[in-house]
Amino acid sequence: MNAIEVKKLNLYYSQLHALKDVHLECPARQVAALIGPSGCGKSTLLKSINRMNDLIDGCRVEGSVLVNGEDVYIPGYDVVELRKRVGMVFQKPAPFPMSIFDNVAYGPRLHGKYSRLELKELVEKALRDVALWDEVKDRLTKSALGLSGGQQQRLVIARVLAVKPEVILMDEPASALDPIATGRLEELIIELKKDYTIVIVTHNLQQAARISDQTSFVLHGEVVETGPTGAIFTRPRDSRTEAYITGRFG
Amino acid sequence: MEKHTISPRSAFQLELEKLRNSLVAMGTLVEEAMSAAVRSLAERDLNLARRVAAGDDEIDRRQQEIEEYAWKLLALQQPMAGDLRTIGTALKIVTDLERMADHAVDIAKVTIRLADEPLIKPLVDIPRMAEIAQQMTREALTAYIHRDAEIAAHLEDTDHRVDELYNQVFRELLVLMMADPKCINQATQLLMVALYLERVADHATNIGEWVIYMISGERRDLNV
Repeated sequence: MNAIEVKKLNLYYSQLHALKDVHLECPARQVAALIGPSGCGKSTLLKSINRMNDLIDGCRVEGSVLVNGEDVYIPGYDVVELRKRVGMVFQKPAPFPMSIFDNVAYGPRLHGKYSRLELKELVEKALRDVALWDEVKDRLTKSALGLSGGQQQRLVIARVLAVKPEVILMDEPASALDPIATGRLEELIIELKKDYTIVIVTHNLQQAARISDQTSFVLHGEVVETGPTGAIFTRPRDSRTEAYITGRFG
Repeated sequence: MEKHTISPRSAFQLELEKLRNSLVAMGTLVEEAMSAAVRSLAERDLNLARRVAAGDDEIDRRQQEIEEYAWKLLALQQPMAGDLRTIGTALKIVTDLERMADHAVDIAKVTIRLADEPLIKPLVDIPRMAEIAQQMTREALTAYIHRDAEIAAHLEDTDHRVDELYNQVFRELLVLMMADPKCINQATQLLMVALYLERVADHATNIGEWVIYMISGERRDLNV
C-alpha cells in the first residue's frame, strides 16, 4: 500500500515551471529518497507533500497528492491537520527557544487535550524513540538551544513524533551534522521506518544508498527514474541517472 | 543537461582507465603463457616450459596489484552504477585470469614430466583446443577492452566447440589406454592437459559473462 501518491503534479513559482508532470509513489513504512542536483526541484516536490509551498507567493499547483489515499489539494483541505499528519525535519535543526520538554510537548499541546501525566509520558516516549531520553532526562527543563547539533536534530524529530504523524519528510537532515551524529541519525531513520513512512531529500548519495528502500532521481523538475535503491545504484535504467550518480554530470 | 566547464571526477576516470589497462596487460601475459605452455608440449621444449612456470610469479603479483587497486578505488571513490560494475568486474575477471595462468603452468609441468618419453601419438586435437582456448581468451579481453557485449556473448558458441573437442580427446585417449596399458601414464597426463584447456575456455566464458554484466547490469549464463 502506498502512503503517498503524487499524480500528474505540476507546480509553478510565478513563471517558473518547477515540477513537471510528476508521478511518485512511496510505499508505507519505507524510506523513499529523492536525489538530484541543486535546483532540480526535489525539495519543492518534498514540500508539496505537506503543502509547505503554499506559503510561497505566486506558487500554483495542479494535479494531486494523496496521503494514505486522501487528496490533500482538494479545496478547503485543513492544512494544519495535514502538517500534523505529515511532519517535516529541515537541514538545520530549529528547536524553539524553550525547554527540551516544552519543545516536544509543543505539538501535542497545540493539537490535543492531554493531562500533565499523559503529556509527560508522550514526551518521554518521543524522546526514547529518537534515542535522546538517556542524554536529556536530567535536564528536561533546560533550554533546547544548549544541545549539540546532532541532539537538536533528534529533538526536532521527537517533536515531530509527538504529534503522531503518518509521514515524516526530511530535507537534508544530516547535512549540518558530523559523521557520528549522521550515523546516529541514519540508524534512527532505519528504526523509524517500522512505524512511519519517510521521504528524505539528500545530496549525499551514499546516505541515500545506505538508508532508503526506494530512490527517485529528479532533474529539471521531472522525476527521471524511480526504483528500488539497490537497482538504482548498481544498474540505473536512465543514462541521466547513471551520469548523475557516477558524478559525470554535464 | 546543464553545461559545466570542468568535467567532474575526471581524475577518477583516469584511475578507472589505469585499472582497465593493468587488467589488459595482465591478460596479455596470461595469453602468452598459455600459448607458450602448449607450444612447449607440442615441440617438447623444456626450456620454454620452465620459463612458463617461472613467469607465474609475475602474473600473481599483478593480480594482487590489481586487486589492491580495485579495493582502494571502492573505498576512496565510492563508485556507483556503471563505475561500480566496472570495478567489481575487474575483481572477478582478475581471478579468472589468474586461474588461466595456473593452468598454463599445469600444462608446462606436463611437458616437463613427459620430457624423457616419446609421445604416444602426434598431438592433433589438443593443439586445436589450445588454439580455440587462446582465441577465446583474446576475444574475452577484446570484449572487455571495447565493452562489446556481442563478442562476449559469442564466447558461448566457441566454448561448445572446446567441450566437443574435449570429449573427442577423452574418447581417443581412452581407446589408446585400453589397447595398451603402458600408455596409461602419458595418456592420463594428456587427458589432464585437455581438461586444463577446457577449464581455460570456461574461464574465458566467465569473463564474457562479467563483461556483459559490466555493460548492461544483466547476468547471463554463457556456460550452459
